[in-house]
Parts: sequence; C-alpha cells; structure tokens
Amino acid sequence: MTALIALFWRDLRRAWGSGALWLPVVFFLLVATAFPFAVGPDAPLLARTGGGMVWVAALLAALLPIDRLVRPDHEAGMLDQLAVRGLSDELIAAVKIAAHAIGFGLPLLIALLPAAALLAQDAQRAVTLASGLALAIPALASLAVLSAALTANLKGGSAIGGLLVLPLAVPLLIFGAGMLDPSGRGATKLLAAAALLLTVIGPFAAGAALRGLRE
Amino acid sequence: MSAALLRLERVACIRGDRLLFEGLSLTLARGEALWLRGPNGAGKSSLIRLAAGLLHPAAGTVERRERCALIDEAAALDGELALRRALDFWARIDTVDGDAVDRAVAAMALAPLAEVPVAMLSTGQRKRAAMARVIASGAPIWLLDEPANGMDAAAAARLVAAIAQHRARGGALLLASHFALGIPDLTELDMGASA
Repeated sequence: MTALIALFWRDLRRAWGSGALWLPVVFFLLVATAFPFAVGPDAPLLARTGGGMVWVAALLAALLPIDRLVRPDHEAGMLDQLAVRGLSDELIAAVKIAAHAIGFGLPLLIALLPAAALLAQDAQRAVTLASGLALAIPALASLAVLSAALTANLKGGSAIGGLLVLPLAVPLLIFGAGMLDPSGRGATKLLAAAALLLTVIGPFAAGAALRGLRE
Repeated sequence: MSAALLRLERVACIRGDRLLFEGLSLTLARGEALWLRGPNGAGKSSLIRLAAGLLHPAAGTVERRERCALIDEAAALDGELALRRALDFWARIDTVDGDAVDRAVAAMALAPLAEVPVAMLSTGQRKRAAMARVIASGAPIWLLDEPANGMDAAAAARLVAAIAQHRARGGALLLASHFALGIPDLTELDMGASA
C-alpha cells in the first residue's frame, strides 16, 4: 500500500511539477477561446453548441499527454523495476489512471469556469457540464492510460493512440452532451454507466498492455 | 538444497524466432555468486530477466524464494530529481528506512552527489546510483547485468566490496558480465558461443 501511494504521488508530481500536464488545460481553454471567434457573435447559437464543444475539448485534452504517461517510465526501466518487486501490472495501471484523473481532471474542472463563460453557458448548463465531466473524468483517464500503454513501443504513437480509443469515447460524448438537452432525461445515468464500464475495464486492459511491453 | 534462493530448472528462452538457450538449470544458495559469461547475444541478459520474472521461459520453471533486486541497462531513477530523492522513492516502494539509503549512498561514495539531479550524472555515476538502489533495497537476491559498465577502478572496487558484504550477510548474486571483476569464490557458467 505504501508503494502504491508513493507511486501515485510520483505520477502526480511529474504531472504538475514539470508543468507538462497543464498543457491539456491550456489546450482546453484555447478551444473555448477560439470557438466563439469561429462561430460568430450569435450568443444563442453559441449557448446551444458550446456545451458539445466543451466535451470534445475535454476528450482531446485527456488524450493530449498520452506520450508522457507510460513511454518515459518504460524507457527508464521504472516499469521493469516495479514488476521485479511483484507489483501487478493492473495495480500499476490503476494507480496511473488515478493519478492522471486527478492530475488533469482537477485543473480541467477549474478551467471549466472560464470556458463556460466564454461559450455563453448559463449557470445551470455550467453545473450540468461540471457534473457530467466529473463523472466522465475517470473514464477519460482510463482511456488515455490504455492508449499510452498500447503505443509506448511505437514511434509517433500518440497520434495513433488517439485514434485507437476515440471509438470507445463516443458513448461518453453522446451521453455527456446529451445531459445538456432538456429532453435527455436518462443521459446522466447512461453517461455514468458508460463511464463506469470504461473505468473498470481500464486497469485490466492497460495492465495487459503493460505486460505486453516486456515481451 | 533447502537454502536455494533461486532455482532455474531446464529453462529455455526464445527471443523473436531465435532459441537462445535450452535445458539450462542453475541454483543459487545463500552466499553464492554465479558469473554468467559468454559472448554478446549468448543470452546473459535474457537469463537475468528470466530470473527476475520479467520474461517467461519457453520451457522449464523459475523459482524465487526471496525478493530480487535488479540492475540492467536502465538506471530507473527519475532524471529531474536529486539523486537522494530518486533513491528515497525506491526506498518507499521497498519499504526500507532512510538509514538503509544512507548506508547504500555511503557504500557507493555518492554522498557528494546527493543533491545533483540524476539527469546530470555521468554514465559511471548513474551506474553507482543504480547499485546504491540495489544495496538499499535489502533484497537477498541480486541480479546484476553488467553492473560495472562505465565505472572507474575505485567505483568497481566499491562494487566488489558491496558484493562481498552482501554475500557475507547471506545474500546471493547472479552476475552477467564480460569481466570477473575480481570477485573471489565465483562460480562460472559459460553460456558458450552463440550465433
């Protein structure tokens, strides 16, 4: 348990310490800033489409740092050393997912405030967005670590990594954006179900991918 | 035979499509040291990784009775951290206290480098740091793959002294190296000529 906590803090320190994981948040805000310029100054249109844009930006922001999540640890021999100590690959993957979820999820939720304002989302829609993203963040982190583990051996893997998990993320987008639709009553439960499924599968799938890196 | 810390029974190793070795058996008891020698590509590193559990044998069994500590070509220390903090991370993973790290740092004469970021260390210094990680871990089985690469004579002497102390405490050593390093009472395993 001590080992897992040490591992978690190490991942979080590397995420925030280097400043590298702030990049997704900057990217997220960049999209929110650029979108109104592209759509034009029509506030009702912006309010209708902005929520979906937040979801797309959040998904891409989660996938942005995937070449930093597993590859450096693999190349530095950290993963081998952890395996020698008998830590299971699934546990390591779960810790990495948790650290990524906190590392990018917390700043993302904070960045949601200015983003919602830029995209003309009223208070009620902003709360809906925040609760939806909070539900989806563990699943997004799961997908990011999974694709990072799958592509850690490939050159230029991060581009392929995004493509790999995009189909899996589609349900999150549909139900997440669906929560904003006043007629979409069941969207929250469906989003929670889809997120739960991905969060549970994530450590096992990513753990198997980590094991594959050693062969 | 009850004292065997590590036992490999008729193992075979295949990398890619190539059979590196087969029918290889070895046991390592407390205080023993075994030197794997052979040309490049003979499978020394693969055998070390088999013993560490990082590779699975294509045939045969690998049995470990105790914890292992491994050195391979990667130091596995975070480059941006000061050396001491990078070693402390592994001490927390291995649940050993700061004194063990202090002793390991002293054994490899790393105290003057404790505050230097790992990324700034030279090749030989990084090998010494990796060796300090192994010493601090307190693991009874040491699996060392070319531990003296890049080390100067003084550092290599400290490595030999650390190995002697480890064996005196009942630890075992599996060493893959081109040189015997001047370790006394060393059993040899010649992995022979290979393609």
